[in-house]
Amino acid sequence: MEHALLYIAGALMMGLGALGAAVGIGILGSKFLDGAARQPELIPLLRTQFFIMMGLVDAVPMIAVGIALYVLFAVA
Amino acid sequence: MASETLTSSEYIHHHLTNLTFGRLADGHWALANSAEQAKEMGFWAFNVDMLGWSLVLVLFFFFLFRGVAKRATSGVPSGLQNFVEWMMEFVDTSVRGSFSGKNELVAPMALTIFVWVFLMNFMDLLPIDWLPWTAEKIGQHVFDKDPLHVFFRVVPSADPNITFGLALSVFWLMLYYSVKVKGIGGFLGELALQPFSAKNPVIQAVFVPINLILELVSLISKPVSLSLRLFGNMYAGETIFILIALMYGAGWIMGPFGGLLQIAWGIFHILIILLQAFIFMVLTIVYMDMAHQHH
Repeated sequence: MEHALLYIAGALMMGLGALGAAVGIGILGSKFLDGAARQPELIPLLRTQFFIMMGLVDAVPMIAVGIALYVLFAVA
Repeated sequence: MASETLTSSEYIHHHLTNLTFGRLADGHWALANSAEQAKEMGFWAFNVDMLGWSLVLVLFFFFLFRGVAKRATSGVPSGLQNFVEWMMEFVDTSVRGSFSGKNELVAPMALTIFVWVFLMNFMDLLPIDWLPWTAEKIGQHVFDKDPLHVFFRVVPSADPNITFGLALSVFWLMLYYSVKVKGIGGFLGELALQPFSAKNPVIQAVFVPINLILELVSLISKPVSLSLRLFGNMYAGETIFILIALMYGAGWIMGPFGGLLQIAWGIFHILIILLQAFIFMVLTIVYMDMAHQHH
């Protein structure tokens, strides 16, 4: 029983984290393409900022994945 | 993989257990023989493998850059010098871009953090069984230990102790420079008088505890998120490499597929390790900049 709950906890962590990040990175990417289409000369600048932001947004689900894997393999 | 038959979950466990040195239940200090024993050691246990690798890597960084700096020429630079100069310029641009205060410590610290974190992350790209296997052989033949009881992890940034250590160092520097630049009053004022403030002293007094709670949470969350971000990425990456490695033992169809997956994940991981090192550096610079700003 306890183990089953741990697996469900891991699945919830990964799933919900991925959900939020998917929406966030989708918005981020669409804005990036918007900006790039409007002002192509700014692409190098925008790309750097885009990657920084993506790293920040990406971090949350990655933390969730890390903790979920930790729960699955180290705790369970 | 060790020669004895290990189940896949034992294999994963074996790969995710540190080589721990600490005080055993009977009172003397030794290396732990199992994960349970390592857990019983409590607080005073050292992850020898993580500490060792992070030290080796930072010494590698130090002597590499020092050697280049000593041999630096003003003519057309050769390969390695070129690389180091490019690195310095890259960090210098980032620091100039986001740090507005006056402090000679920030740029060297940013360079150290960037290269060190990158090197620690880079250990993730080495095939995951090479170094643990070598350690097992050394443990078996030199120290006469059971190879199944020799644990060895090689990615220091996949250990929360290491990433928290880094983030806490940044955090202490942040507090130190906040107090140094703004004075103890300025620092406390920043915590207690923002974001809500009022002219009326009575209403202001009501706002102080609210501000304190909000600002303290955001202050504490900085080192926590800084370290957990790096740890989460690297731990997930390492675990996925281990899971892929499990496929090699799963027959002729799954084996080559695992190879393809490993290449794909490895290439994607090059992006992640660079990005995480870069983000750690940028956030350090930004936090230091916040510590230097007057209000």
